[in-house]
Amino acid sequence: MSKDRLGEQLSLWEEGPVAKALQARGERKDSFATPSGIPVKRLYTPLDVEAAGQDYVEDLGFPGRFPFTRGKDPLGYRAAPWLFMQYAGFGDAAEANKRYRYLLAQGGAGISIALDLPTQLGLDSDDPLADGEVGRIGVALDSLQDLETVFEGIPLDQPRQISLVANAMSVVGLAMFIALAKKQGVDPDQITLRIQNDILKEFISRGTYIYPPEPSLRLSCDLIEYCANHHPNWLPLTLCGYHLREAGSDAVQEVAFSLADGLAYLDEVARRGANLDAVLPQLSAFMSCNMNFMEEIAKFRVMRRLWARLAKERYGVSDPDKLGLSLVNFTAGSTLTAQQPMNNVVRVAIECLAGVLGGCQSLFPCSYDEAFCTPTEESVKLALRTQQIIAHETGLADTIDPLGGSYFLESLTEQIEAKVRELLAEVESQGGAVKCIDNQWFRRAIDETAYEWQTKVDAGEQVVVGVNAFTEEDDPPIAIFRPPAEAQERQIAKLKALRASRDQAKVDAALEGVAAAAREGVNTVPAITAAVEAYATIGEICGTMGQVFGLYRESGL
Amino acid sequence: MARKHRVLMAKPGLDGHDRGARVVSMGLRDAGYEVIYTGRRVTPAQIVSTAIQEDVDLIGLSILSGAHMTLFGKTLDLLKEQGAGDIPVFGGGIIPPDDAGKLKEMGVKEIFGPGASLPSILTALEKHLPR
Repeated sequence: MSKDRLGEQLSLWEEGPVAKALQARGERKDSFATPSGIPVKRLYTPLDVEAAGQDYVEDLGFPGRFPFTRGKDPLGYRAAPWLFMQYAGFGDAAEANKRYRYLLAQGGAGISIALDLPTQLGLDSDDPLADGEVGRIGVALDSLQDLETVFEGIPLDQPRQISLVANAMSVVGLAMFIALAKKQGVDPDQITLRIQNDILKEFISRGTYIYPPEPSLRLSCDLIEYCANHHPNWLPLTLCGYHLREAGSDAVQEVAFSLADGLAYLDEVARRGANLDAVLPQLSAFMSCNMNFMEEIAKFRVMRRLWARLAKERYGVSDPDKLGLSLVNFTAGSTLTAQQPMNNVVRVAIECLAGVLGGCQSLFPCSYDEAFCTPTEESVKLALRTQQIIAHETGLADTIDPLGGSYFLESLTEQIEAKVRELLAEVESQGGAVKCIDNQWFRRAIDETAYEWQTKVDAGEQVVVGVNAFTEEDDPPIAIFRPPAEAQERQIAKLKALRASRDQAKVDAALEGVAAAAREGVNTVPAITAAVEAYATIGEICGTMGQVFGLYRESGL
Repeated sequence: MARKHRVLMAKPGLDGHDRGARVVSMGLRDAGYEVIYTGRRVTPAQIVSTAIQEDVDLIGLSILSGAHMTLFGKTLDLLKEQGAGDIPVFGGGIIPPDDAGKLKEMGVKEIFGPGASLPSILTALEKHLPR
């Protein structure tokens, strides 16, 4: 049908049946929009895609090729489904080891290690600030000894991927894996280790920073540089849109702010003279799967496409077909409700679908009980089954980007990219991501969005089933998981025994090496690896760097 | 004109997820309270000394990491020790129902979990304001 003919027919439809129905019944709302404020029309046609200026070859292209809108992999999920991941870890290393063995036996392909907060913040388990937090939301890793226990009976090359949620202390985490691979006698090239290592987002959202932004950025870039030179299979940076989203941002802010952070890392490694052709293929992004289905799918496509476009425009990489960004998608914990918790099973399934239709390389579903506690074994298994059902029963893994070409999806994709570019220009005009962290601009922007969302929910404009609509007096009780209470004591006893048994002179010398590397501005990975191999603790290593870099303290609102 | 009621909002412990604390702070501000937010990662001792120094009417604590029993408990104990046990404390975060019950027995006035609306929080707090 020609464009004119379609336009004509569309007008006839609007003036005829639509006008009549509007008069008779009206619509549910005066206006419709996605949560990030993109207006949603009554109907989308090829005219919308054309109005957005989309050109198939330029803007969509083919999977596995620049600009990767329709997917990173030329075979999509036809060769293999995405990686089924579960975020897990609690208690001490021995407890965590049991849970990882269980998940591998249930068909989980990878291991994602959650660290407790003291470990994430570079504190030993017997630090006074760690009291009550040891082994709570992840496993405590005080030293290499703990990582050895975590992987007892699990050779490092057995899981298809190991991921470590390490940011502020990512360099110590990386060093622990280098040391453990050596001890296990496993070739590091046979391992895929993903380290989160996006410290900038910690200042904007999750809050697990140690040092000020500048030295933090340096440490993150030490990993990127080191892996580019030594471990081509490892993934030394995962840009985190997820945490920005959980902090309250919308989909557009999620993409824009995580890309802004990404450019800050790339600018720094480029400044150091690193070979970006080696660096770029090792980077990936960790994104949220939220509830607004179509906007989420469009968002994933924009993230992939805009990353490739920005990298090409900014750094002039020689082979743009290497700019495909792996997406690690995670369903949104903040959308889970404590009210009627079984409803969360449905939310997680829908969010998983959005993640898959967005073309992720790995997927982490939440467990339905996460509004209460760390998941039970039962709820974790159900989350794993959810993605197995999607992969094997729905047929969605049989063709690439099955929703590609949807007039609505393509229109959204174009509009989101335009809005993200506007936000990125705003960040640039302020001097980049680190400046926007310093002046709290990111945080204020996200606060406003979070507050607006809460106001809409409170007013009933945004329905959340079981919370502000279809509520029940008493929510049925669910099983609550409790990490073993004695984990903290056990961990502290183990740490004290380690300190008493190791070669202290070797530890002291290694820590002096860490301080020297930090002071002198050389890559810190080798010195920290030596300290880890001497069984220096995380508190000692991070504390040593803290004496050089200083500690960061944020102001209030 | 009467002085605005003052609320100290605090994130004790190591957990940095502060969306709830910040959104509630904004809601309280818009409802006419004067809000003092400590920022993340403060100790019970810092919370108590700020509360006394700033002469607050209410204290709000937010934790998602599971360390609520330890840290809420320490805060309540310190308040009593320092003669400020009459300042009402309320809490929020990821807190299992059993723990919420125990915390109330320990003296926390209200616990707000995920999904608590701002109006419901405001209504509950008003009951505990000094007259």
